[in-house]
Amino acid sequence: MPDKKQDLIDQSLQDLNNDGVDRRGFLKCMAWAGTGLVWTMSGGVPVSRAFSKGYGKDAGKGADFTFVQISDSHIGFNKPANPDVTATLQTAINKINAMPQKPDFIIHTGDLSQLSKPSEFDTLDQALKSASAKQIYFVPGEHDMLSDNGDQYLQRYGKGTKGSGWYSFDHKGVHFVGLVNVANLKAGGMGSLGHEQLEWLEDDLHGRSASTPIVLFAHIPLWTIYPDWGWGTDDSEQALSYVKRFGSVTVLNGHIHQIMQKVEGKVSFHTAMSTAFPQPAPGTAPSAGPMKVPAEQLQRVLGITDVNYMVSGRSLAVVDSPLGS
Amino acid sequence: MTKNKLWISGVAVPVLIAMMLLALSSRVTANAEPSAPAAAVKIDNFVFGPQALTVPVGTTVTWTNSDDIPHTSVSTEGVFKSKVLDTDEKFSYTFTKAGTYPYYCTIHPKMTGKIVVQ
Repeated sequence: MPDKKQDLIDQSLQDLNNDGVDRRGFLKCMAWAGTGLVWTMSGGVPVSRAFSKGYGKDAGKGADFTFVQISDSHIGFNKPANPDVTATLQTAINKINAMPQKPDFIIHTGDLSQLSKPSEFDTLDQALKSASAKQIYFVPGEHDMLSDNGDQYLQRYGKGTKGSGWYSFDHKGVHFVGLVNVANLKAGGMGSLGHEQLEWLEDDLHGRSASTPIVLFAHIPLWTIYPDWGWGTDDSEQALSYVKRFGSVTVLNGHIHQIMQKVEGKVSFHTAMSTAFPQPAPGTAPSAGPMKVPAEQLQRVLGITDVNYMVSGRSLAVVDSPLGS
Repeated sequence: MTKNKLWISGVAVPVLIAMMLLALSSRVTANAEPSAPAAAVKIDNFVFGPQALTVPVGTTVTWTNSDDIPHTSVSTEGVFKSKVLDTDEKFSYTFTKAGTYPYYCTIHPKMTGKIVVQ
């Protein structure tokens, strides 16, 4: 059902396609709060789309399987531009449930809660119960490890994981690795994996065939997006050196509440939108705090069913922005 | 009578000491109150302001989070550690020794600051 809003989105995507990076177009993209990304695995090549009501009947056709990434639900946040983050999470879940091809599982890339409160985790659990996909994989965000060094997170979502919550699993020939880069952060630094986790990762990947598709997921981006705001991981290069020999590597992150994609050789990096509130594009605001959207825009911002699909692949691959250090 | 006297002195001595201590402590408090130095650090837009704050020994510094996002104020050297400060929440620490105290937000470690106590 193409309408004005759809035209606007199409236009913004057109801008992106034409000149590679269009800041205004990008700002529109990242304003699509309350959504998630659907990932389709086809021959080891993941394709992402923002899901919507208009999700095509052919979507996922011929795919080996599908999974969904959601991120940054920040349950407990109640300020502008989103006083009801539980409702927008529910909207995202409803969309997942309406997908034509049922996802095999959901990955939540962290910041489940705002303040690591038991009541916030309870609310999240309650909402996620309504997801048709019963298997949900988590990694913690910094908001999930406040006060208690992540003990509560581990008890609820990290049973059987290593260290502060890292683990790997295989699904239909794809190797997935959940990494934690929000624990024991050092003054002045960005995200950090730490020596122990890096050693484990090297060991975990050792001996696997180079043709195995690899998916790494963690909360904070594993590539440096904007150091001034801490949008990167100090020791991610070492982690990425372990996956260089693989033919298909996909890195999924959250934390920055907006879509960014980059392809570097055989490694493609993607950040997901938040289901709670948008954050500004790097350097466009005094800080990375929640982006306040005027009330009259809120409906449009949350009206994500009007979005047909999200451009995937190389047309957005260079959205690295003038970040510099 | 002797029993009574003994009893009185037995009670009187500790009571006297207690009274003296009370007088002493109240005098200390009375003297300290008007000059007890205080200073403030405001957390705004993911920045500790002022980033470097110089205060005299004995100053109580109070951090206030004015952001929509939670922050912490934690000494890099383990001297002090706030709980998680949500919007408008405060944390205070009294610096009794001269020195330089670097600190940061453990949630957003790019946020750093220091208190210089002289």
